[in-house]
Amino acid sequence: MTDLKPKDFASSLDVRWCPGCGDYAVLKSLHKMLADTGAKLEDTLCVSGIGCSSRLPYYMATYGFHTIHGRAPAIASGAKLANPELDVWVFTGDGDGLSIGGNHLLHALRRNLDMQIVLFNNQIYGLTKGQYSPTSQKGMRTPSSPGGTVEMPLNPARFAIGAGSKFIARSIDTQAKVLGPILQEARDFDGTAFVEVLQNCVIFNDGVFDHLKDKKQGPDHTIVVEHGQPMVFGVNKDKGIRVKPGGFGLDIVSLEEDGLTEADLLVHDETNHALAVALAELGEKDGEPTVLGILFREQATEFGTASRIGLPEKPLSMNEKLGRLSATLRASETWDVGEDAA
Amino acid sequence: MQNGLEHSTTTRELPVSQQPEVDYVRVRFAGDSGDGIQMTGTRLAESAARFGNDIATFPDFPADIRAPSGTIYGVSAYSLNIGHTEVDTFGDETDALVALNPAALRKYLEGVKQNGLLIIDMDAFTERAITKAGFSANPLEDGSLSSFRVLPLEITSNTEKALKETGLSAKDARRSKNMWTLGLVLWLFERSTADVEHWIEQKFHKKPDVAKANIMALQAGHLYGEVTDLPPDVSRYRIQPAPLMEGEYRSINGNEGMAYGLYAGATLADLELFYGSYPITPASPLLHTVAKLKELGAISFQAEDEIAAICAAIGASYAGHLGVTGSSGPGIALKTEAIGLAIMTELPLVIVNVQRGGPSTGLPTKTEQSDLFQAIWGRNGDAPLPVIAPAHPGECFDMGVEAAKLATRHMTPLMVLSDGYIANASAPWKLPDFSDPAYAPFPVKKATDPEGFLPYDHDPDTMARPWAVPGTADLMHRIGGLEKQAGSGNISYDGENHQLMTQIRAQKLEAIAKSIPPQHVESGEATGKLALLGWGSSWGPIRVAARRAELEGKSVSHIHLRHLWPLPPNLEELLSGFDRVIIPEMNNGQLATVLRSQMDVPVESVSCVKGRPFLVREIAKIIEDALGASS
Repeated sequence: MTDLKPKDFASSLDVRWCPGCGDYAVLKSLHKMLADTGAKLEDTLCVSGIGCSSRLPYYMATYGFHTIHGRAPAIASGAKLANPELDVWVFTGDGDGLSIGGNHLLHALRRNLDMQIVLFNNQIYGLTKGQYSPTSQKGMRTPSSPGGTVEMPLNPARFAIGAGSKFIARSIDTQAKVLGPILQEARDFDGTAFVEVLQNCVIFNDGVFDHLKDKKQGPDHTIVVEHGQPMVFGVNKDKGIRVKPGGFGLDIVSLEEDGLTEADLLVHDETNHALAVALAELGEKDGEPTVLGILFREQATEFGTASRIGLPEKPLSMNEKLGRLSATLRASETWDVGEDAA
Repeated sequence: MQNGLEHSTTTRELPVSQQPEVDYVRVRFAGDSGDGIQMTGTRLAESAARFGNDIATFPDFPADIRAPSGTIYGVSAYSLNIGHTEVDTFGDETDALVALNPAALRKYLEGVKQNGLLIIDMDAFTERAITKAGFSANPLEDGSLSSFRVLPLEITSNTEKALKETGLSAKDARRSKNMWTLGLVLWLFERSTADVEHWIEQKFHKKPDVAKANIMALQAGHLYGEVTDLPPDVSRYRIQPAPLMEGEYRSINGNEGMAYGLYAGATLADLELFYGSYPITPASPLLHTVAKLKELGAISFQAEDEIAAICAAIGASYAGHLGVTGSSGPGIALKTEAIGLAIMTELPLVIVNVQRGGPSTGLPTKTEQSDLFQAIWGRNGDAPLPVIAPAHPGECFDMGVEAAKLATRHMTPLMVLSDGYIANASAPWKLPDFSDPAYAPFPVKKATDPEGFLPYDHDPDTMARPWAVPGTADLMHRIGGLEKQAGSGNISYDGENHQLMTQIRAQKLEAIAKSIPPQHVESGEATGKLALLGWGSSWGPIRVAARRAELEGKSVSHIHLRHLWPLPPNLEELLSGFDRVIIPEMNNGQLATVLRSQMDVPVESVSCVKGRPFLVREIAKIIEDALGASS
């Protein structure tokens, strides 16, 4: 354990997000978690693409690489494969990760290399001044969609499940009590951990998650799931999720009105893939809570470990390498040309 | 300066032929793309190389994996030139064409010299196949082949007969007809089948039945030559071994040589090799070759696309490995933005472009050298990138080492321009001796000392910045694609600083220009009437034509660029010693345009973009036109 405090994880640069931006809260949770867990500055690498959230590495006192639009998962993968000892974080947004970089995100999630991908979803393009993003709600009016968008929005958690992600979590930017432990669990996961953060853009999409964040009403619209715990939610803990009776899918119920008890509710099983699909989709329709917490976690083969099979156990010296190369070059037929032969 | 590249050229200093008929023979195998033509050609090439001949090969295959059989566009061919003297090209004309079907005959007859030998599988000359190939009548019967020596053989049925006792079906037996043919051709060259048999045993060790059938077919073809009374005008070829420099040899193609050279380069830099790539013709064998070097510690990563491939390599370089990515033109286009990132972040990175015909998807399996502009100038912003190019397959190994050396010494991405011809062609290659000073290690020193550490501080000699890799205590810093403040490396939008950083990036190339060997003359005098200036795979035909012309007493010199950007500082002075400078290049005049922008010497361009290297006679014509037939 080091004696680093959260502030020790902050670089000397002034943070230049807009006042009130949700990114500040995520940065704070990250600093705290890394300090609490005893992370080392030199072993932590933050990689990002382009966009507001991708400025985050500049505000970390760790190693950082602010790369190009959408490509952070690929650059992070190369760094992690080269040095498996690094604790690698990718910070991306809904445009960076799901639009221009969708392909890289897809394949990073499917490979399951040990790193964390934190996707700040503010449902808007902030840095380019307010165009709609792949997660913007249908009908949203923006400079590039003056008549309202006609595109169906993408659900990041559902995308992650489709890609074969083995760790999927969701949180709200300002809910440090939910986000902090998720970041910790993501860091501890041996594989690619995908964390979606619902993040408020104070300038171009302000208040889009207010109904989820509101101290009074929020609990009626969100549920924080925990492995092994019944799915109860609501301001008065009077709502729940159960399996649709006689059908396939989930049912949102009111305990009192429906005459049910906690025993009738579904118990969260984070290893259940079908359940994760259903949970990821909740919140898309009125009356459904948006699911926060760890939706899915399954231990599987970590890509780095698997891909290192066959490499020398210890790094080879220069002479050993040249020796092996000489042998390899001679593995195909060779012949001598001497004075006799000529 | 002692340099691996200087070293490599000297191993090919062989006499130039003065009696073509005796000194070399050019053979072309052609058949359907499923006939095993490439394997047949490769085996004959290996066998000839092992015998001690100099060889040059030219695999020419369709882009389709299995084009409809019997069609012209489905013909696959393998040409090779087997020499007692130096052969640097696969040959303008064919001395002997082996045509396994009518389409192969139709496609390649034009390249056969007068009175050349045609070995033909009569069994394939059915009426339907003849029509499909576009002949109006059977060329074996209508007298149209009267100016050639024709040897029509029942290759297919002879193969079936030879394998009758194996119990194989006729269809399976027919698969070995390429080996029967190879056996016959080996007999023609007075070579035994032993090497090929040994190879077959190894290749098919898990399928002993297949191995046995192929060996039987091979021996049967050889025996056929031995015992059958062939027409009196079919004589055997006696090509003596070439007086190659003493040493241990193997044959190698450019892609293999490049992959091994990059590994050697990373090793001599005291780094691990990380190769990130996405499959693309004709660069994929680089990935395949590195993937087989895992036991040697090389990491290969097949990425989801071209962009991820280079980005993973950049990530690996950032983390302290030598990141390398390889592709061909269209893939390089996709990597462009990431190359800019590597320039901005001043990380060592090698980008190999195995060029093919363009633009766009272009001619995937055909060679061209038309990505020079893309390499030198194809990025947003002032983004200088060093560019080097191997001249022939045997030079690719040393070019891989050179790439690693320049990239790490100057902390820069660098592009190597290979091409489809160099990549696929093979030649005898003298195995490297790592105790040779040409392969002296150049270990990279990474930053570890926090005292005065500034990530964007530049060494005044090399213009390299310190390489501080993640995991190093107390050197934490942030890099990225935004403009960097000189020294601290923090984001800077300051105009004066941008001017300074633009200058620093340009100075990196100036530093490289100072360190590369001065441009020398490949053959001929250092001044004279005519200089033929080449780069990349135009080396072979220029070399042959220039040396022949020189023997005829003409004032012709061959100058070949291996460092294309920055250019060797003495190039302008060297070129100004010639009355005329002509650049034969497999593009529409790109090197000529580059040179016109850089120096005052007038240069002329001769373009050839026909999907194949220049022919020697095309270069000879350039010389003749420039100097006159007798001057």
